[in-house]
Amino acid sequence: MSTAAPQGYVRPQLPLISRIFQTPAASVSIYLVVVGLIVYSAFNGAQAMGYNWQWYRVPQYFYTLTDDGFQWGEISIGLVKTVELSLLAFFFAVILGLCVAMLRLSGLVVGKAMAVVFLELVRNMPLLVLLYLFYYVLGPIFELDRYWASILCLGVYHGAMVSEIFRAGINAIPVGQWEGARSIGMSKPQIYRFIVLPQTVRFMLPPLTGEAVNMIKSSAIVSVIAVAELTTIGRNIISDTYMSFEIWFTIAAVYLIVTLILSIGVSVVERHYSVH
Amino acid sequence: MNDDAPIIQASGLNKFYGRFQALKNINLNVKQGERVVVCGPSGSGKSTLIRCINALENHDAGRLVVDGIEVYEGSKQIRNLRQEVGMVFQQFNLFPHLTVLENLTIGPVRVRKLNKQDAERNARKYLERVHIPEQADKYPSQLSGGQQQRVAIARSLCMETRIMLFDEPTSALDPEMINEVLDVMVNLADTGMTMVCVTHEMGFARKVADTMVFMDQGEIVESAPPEKFFTEPETERCKAFLKQILVH
Repeated sequence: MSTAAPQGYVRPQLPLISRIFQTPAASVSIYLVVVGLIVYSAFNGAQAMGYNWQWYRVPQYFYTLTDDGFQWGEISIGLVKTVELSLLAFFFAVILGLCVAMLRLSGLVVGKAMAVVFLELVRNMPLLVLLYLFYYVLGPIFELDRYWASILCLGVYHGAMVSEIFRAGINAIPVGQWEGARSIGMSKPQIYRFIVLPQTVRFMLPPLTGEAVNMIKSSAIVSVIAVAELTTIGRNIISDTYMSFEIWFTIAAVYLIVTLILSIGVSVVERHYSVH
Repeated sequence: MNDDAPIIQASGLNKFYGRFQALKNINLNVKQGERVVVCGPSGSGKSTLIRCINALENHDAGRLVVDGIEVYEGSKQIRNLRQEVGMVFQQFNLFPHLTVLENLTIGPVRVRKLNKQDAERNARKYLERVHIPEQADKYPSQLSGGQQQRVAIARSLCMETRIMLFDEPTSALDPEMINEVLDVMVNLADTGMTMVCVTHEMGFARKVADTMVFMDQGEIVESAPPEKFFTEPETERCKAFLKQILVH
């Protein structure tokens, strides 16, 4: 048999220049050049405006080692506050989200309507406005201080998102699981607790992690009502020292590290749940 | 309760899905210890009928009394009813996040409030009965279809129900696994359990059925003991159906 030309559709070869650009080496170098340019121009711009880099002054805001011994710095304290705030708010968001999801799936007309109204209200309102509502309107009415107003606001805002995650997770459980459980006489709360929710964890972990990361990031917004957390502390340090470049870079890096740790931790847990 | 009184008593049952009538005026009496096999073409309402018996579906009209409990939508007795009526599904419906043993004990422990040791002892006894005592600590996904279905049967047995419903228990199985499940069902029939089976396994039906019920288009067309049912069916519809499935 002779070696005939391949039959049918033959993908046309790309021009040489495209082929070069598509090699990994070329992609990486282009990336490095672009990033380098950005960093260089930023650095240059800062030089040109006579910015005085003072990175050596940053570590003291994490911790100090003096004659008095080891002491946490302001950024570290702010970080703990941010984590604490986010944890409390996330806990609240999960409880609220679960309740809203169950209301929505309950089949009760009023429950469903309430859940939908809540969802639409929260989802279509900017977080900042919601925060002002909680602090300036609900705060005085229910005697909430700024700390609890921010926790409730973040909890409500993310509770709406979490409820959708729960709803999707619960709906992902096949109807046969319900029937199997009902056929051995289990009640609805028992079915949720022992059969449905344990199985939804697997589906919900990735989106819930995303929501937790979002929560940590959006917790920065409470700095507008001066709740002492990472972003507020950053602003305070800057107003004392005028080191805006260093401090904002540092704060951004701290947020990044926290959320990365969270994501990695959850992917470990996720592997645990996907065994069977 | 009088022993001769039917344990399942359905009269004039009707069930609609929208405008489609799934059950038309069903009258069915099943005595304690009776084995009833329900057959018929797909869409004839067989599954709907047995799903009504343990209230997984609610009938729209008619009267249904199971083990002395009046079945109707919203009845507070439904959970008590389900503790007396076991059900085996076509798709097994085992709980994938629980081991076999946990699948078997969750009902007795959570619903019947049995203590864990007793529930486990019982569960192992019934696993023995379905010939897979060695699989107790595995997860359902690690078992073959036939084994999963036997676990499902054991799960119902663990509830010590008086009635067992089977909804095409072998239809989702590979052919070589059908017999292991049918064997278990035959053994179960020998213990005197009241059984209502929807199945196309006519060999099994001949062996265990006290009564054959043939359904078509939501109606019970014919109901007879197997010897009469298989040899001299009365209606044309039933003859045609039997010819279809017994041809091979």
